[in-house]
Amino acid sequence: MKIHEYQARELLRSSGIPVPSGVVITGVDQAAAAFRGATEGMVSPLAVVKAQVHAGGRGKAGFVKLVRSAEEAEDAARFMLTNRMHSPQTPPEGLEVTRLLVARAADIADRAGGGKEEFYLAVTTDRATRRNVLIASREGGVEIERIAEERPEAIHKEVLHPLAGLLPFRAREAAFALGLTGKRATQAADIMVRLAKLYVELDCTLAEINPLVVTPPSAEFAEGQVLAIDAKFNFDDNGLFRQKAVSSLHDAGEENPSEARAQRFGLSYVALDGNIGCLVNGAGLAMATMDIVKLHGGEPANFLDVGGSATEEAVTEAFSIILSDDRVKGVLVNIFGGIMKCDVIAQGIINAATKHKNHDGSAGFKVPLVVRLEGTNVDQGRRLLESAKGSLPTLSAATDLADAASKVCAAVA
Amino acid sequence: MAILVHGGTRVICQGITGSFGAVHTRGCFLYGTKMVGGVTPGKGGTKDPNGLAIFDTVHRAVKETGAEATMIFVPPGGAADAILEAADAGVRVICCITEGVPVQDMIRARAVLDEMNLKMGGGPGVSPAHQRYILIGPNCPGIITPGVRVNQDSMTGEPGKPFAKDGCKIGIMPGYIHTHVSQSRLKKAVGIVSRSGTLTYEAVWQTSRLGFGQSTCVGIGGDPVRGVNHVDCLELFADDGETDGILLIGEIGGTDEIEAARWITRARESGRLTKPVAAFIAGRTAPPGRRMGHAGAIIGGADDTADAKIKALREAGVEVALSPADMGSAMAKAMGVGVGV
Repeated sequence: MKIHEYQARELLRSSGIPVPSGVVITGVDQAAAAFRGATEGMVSPLAVVKAQVHAGGRGKAGFVKLVRSAEEAEDAARFMLTNRMHSPQTPPEGLEVTRLLVARAADIADRAGGGKEEFYLAVTTDRATRRNVLIASREGGVEIERIAEERPEAIHKEVLHPLAGLLPFRAREAAFALGLTGKRATQAADIMVRLAKLYVELDCTLAEINPLVVTPPSAEFAEGQVLAIDAKFNFDDNGLFRQKAVSSLHDAGEENPSEARAQRFGLSYVALDGNIGCLVNGAGLAMATMDIVKLHGGEPANFLDVGGSATEEAVTEAFSIILSDDRVKGVLVNIFGGIMKCDVIAQGIINAATKHKNHDGSAGFKVPLVVRLEGTNVDQGRRLLESAKGSLPTLSAATDLADAASKVCAAVA
Repeated sequence: MAILVHGGTRVICQGITGSFGAVHTRGCFLYGTKMVGGVTPGKGGTKDPNGLAIFDTVHRAVKETGAEATMIFVPPGGAADAILEAADAGVRVICCITEGVPVQDMIRARAVLDEMNLKMGGGPGVSPAHQRYILIGPNCPGIITPGVRVNQDSMTGEPGKPFAKDGCKIGIMPGYIHTHVSQSRLKKAVGIVSRSGTLTYEAVWQTSRLGFGQSTCVGIGGDPVRGVNHVDCLELFADDGETDGILLIGEIGGTDEIEAARWITRARESGRLTKPVAAFIAGRTAPPGRRMGHAGAIIGGADDTADAKIKALREAGVEVALSPADMGSAMAKAMGVGVGV
């Protein structure tokens, strides 16, 4: 699960990590007051208006803007709330933006030797070592993946103890490794420890601050203040059952509606670009089924794991989700029955297909439906499928995986 | 001898009174597994429908039954604790079927389990054969060492008439698709290690149909942090006198299969691995950044892709099937036997 930047900032703030003051608005009329509140006390007021969407590429799309007055804040808000955002990460039709963050723009100290004091900080899980890891770099604000690839030496890693977490002395090592000195280093180390604690306690899969900056010296902070400017959190779906507060941050508007619906019915569904719908029991077999469709020249329209039991209710729902995509020209069902009896599954598939409601209100399957069953009572299952052809003329039974793939690919060609 | 479990292995179920725990305890019991009891805290002193004694704690179950292996169906929030309770009670093979265990729980549980192994002379770098505690899963179908089929009338076995003898099924896999080597046409046994459930059944089915038996099949699970991995199982199969060939089934995400390829190369050079290996990697068509059902099946970096894994395995001399329909025939090809059905 992902959350918005303003929610991530709030998680940081409530755990004691300093963030610039800011407020979320939903209308142009709130922009001026938000600007004045965020820039209070600044000699030359400067704020940033940022669209709150999960998709990246906001800056290039014009959905992150520096503003110097209440009027500029209103203009930026009007632009973002009335236009759809288009970036490489948004759907082709763009994204509607309904919430904006108006935050005080932080002044960033100059770095000795050029550039600004901007850093990258993140905690994630390294599955190869089975440990949580803090990742830090002097090169904040840019894509960490690029740095990791081009100059891995610019990335500093500290492994979290599996039971004790990020030990403070380890965090200080990391802060000094980043070239920070004096109170700046202790502030940064404190932030690292708090971020690592949040990561573990909230069942995260990513907790990222990018950039972490140092402000120039001020009356309050003689050596400057270390601040988190932007933050990103991803959560382990398996941990949500015990993270009620995190779950409540979920924004249903950010989800693919079909994927959300599938989740409600215990199905695992990922939409793809092809025209052959796939309905399979088991995630590994579902991936393998997509692969074999492609090997036979077809293009899978989705990944769909109907779960271990493939009940009539689950199959009915799965058909309805798969066929809500108008591009789907054929459906392949691949069920390895195992403990379930194939005749029971076959009857479930037949019932689900017969009852399937089309867009025009009619019932029954219209696109080719290829069913491959294996497991207990497979012969009875296949006989049931054959005998259902009267009511389901587009149905055909396949003898094995390869036969199923070639049949469905031929049917949509 | 097969690997990890055999006909004599005494097995309990943690979470035996839950709906899944009860169904699959019965499945294993009827298959012919030596089920000796179960654990549900608070229900100690009662019996399950198969007449198996239920205990409040794993310690008591082990003391009374001598259990050496456990099958865990405890809900996700308690699964990590159940794993450590089993280890603390001295159970060697801990098979966690539970799906949806939080990653942070597994990081802690694995760390504690690794410490426990270290104290007993095991730990990182030590062969799994010499580890005191072996964790399989979570989020896995389990492990099976097929027995000799003795019940020809039933696919599942019946009360008083188990499906097989001298076998051990711990988990949710359908037992009847497996073949004991003595009942196989080719009289050769393959060891299978896999990250997925139904795809493993598919592989078992294909090898059985081609005339192979299976020595042991291990479903290691689809989660990012888990117990045994591909390399551990490869080591065990390489040293097992009853395994003639090894079939490795992987998928996108993580670098387990790349590690396996490296291990195979080294083990071939050192002479430790002399058996043919075949493989299939699921997810060549999966888009990067999307979780494909399993929590662990997500392409993050370049090494995570199916193509990178296939390339590494091929360079290690592994016969890789590109189609899931060819897993069995790839194994046959690697073993140099005909593929007539």
